[in-house]
Amino acid sequence: MSAIVNYDEVEVGTELPAQSFPVSRATLVQYAGASGDFNPIHWNEAFAKGVGLPDVIAHGMFTMAEAVRVVTDWVVDPGAVVEYGVRFTKPVVVPNDETGAVIEVTGKVAAMLDDRRVRVDLVATCAGQKVLGMSRAVVQLA
Amino acid sequence: MPLDPAFVGRTYPPTPAYEVGREKIREFAEAVRDANPAYTDREAAKALGHPDVVAPPTFPFVITYRAAGQVVQDPELGLDFSRVVHGDQRFVYNRPVRAGDRLSVTCVIDSIKSLAGNDILSVRGEVADESGEHVVTAYMTLVARAAEGE
Repeated sequence: MSAIVNYDEVEVGTELPAQSFPVSRATLVQYAGASGDFNPIHWNEAFAKGVGLPDVIAHGMFTMAEAVRVVTDWVVDPGAVVEYGVRFTKPVVVPNDETGAVIEVTGKVAAMLDDRRVRVDLVATCAGQKVLGMSRAVVQLA
Repeated sequence: MPLDPAFVGRTYPPTPAYEVGREKIREFAEAVRDANPAYTDREAAKALGHPDVVAPPTFPFVITYRAAGQVVQDPELGLDFSRVVHGDQRFVYNRPVRAGDRLSVTCVIDSIKSLAGNDILSVRGEVADESGEHVVTAYMTLVARAAEGE
């Protein structure tokens, strides 16, 4: 695999370019269709509120997909991701308006590993709250 | 009723092959607004050393979640899916999923724990291609919240 980032050019603390990912109700409907996860908490406001949620929430897997883009856009080759995990700590609440919600993601190199790999720790927030915990990717660098 | 820890280690039969289509990968990449050309342009993927377009890192969940239906709907296990939330998710890749793959998933119950009335179920999905080569392992933890009044 051919990551464009060279192991020798990063160190613990190296920051990856941060990104913001908007998410609207339309985004969630599209993701439901593409992923096959049609749980109504992701598109039906009355249902979501009926089960105690503040409003419709994004699929956790949608947030997970967005967060790793900070890594894949950095290394260019998605095949350079050798491990990726997250904990879903807080829901991303998506109001029914034009702006929806925004997921902000930062990442930095947290550890230099063997075989020219690094561990990248990601921080994903929405409305000032962390929405993912233990969000980590192991990445094969050049 | 808490889940029975005796189910730890239960292995379900491999699923019928899921054939990964190029347009399915495109549809998924568009849904997550990811314009990386490795997902849609075969030549771009080849330039990175892949035989065909590859799928985004979280795409395997589409296949492993479907496969995990065997577990969450196992009447003997008796999970109340209406109370379930996705606790955590992790993938360990041998290689990226790519167009043309015919993938089969073997689900294994890794652990069952009870914490403050919540059931915590960890399911591992081992994904292999047609030749039997390991492609990716998906680790999923589901939390079944305690029922009202318990």
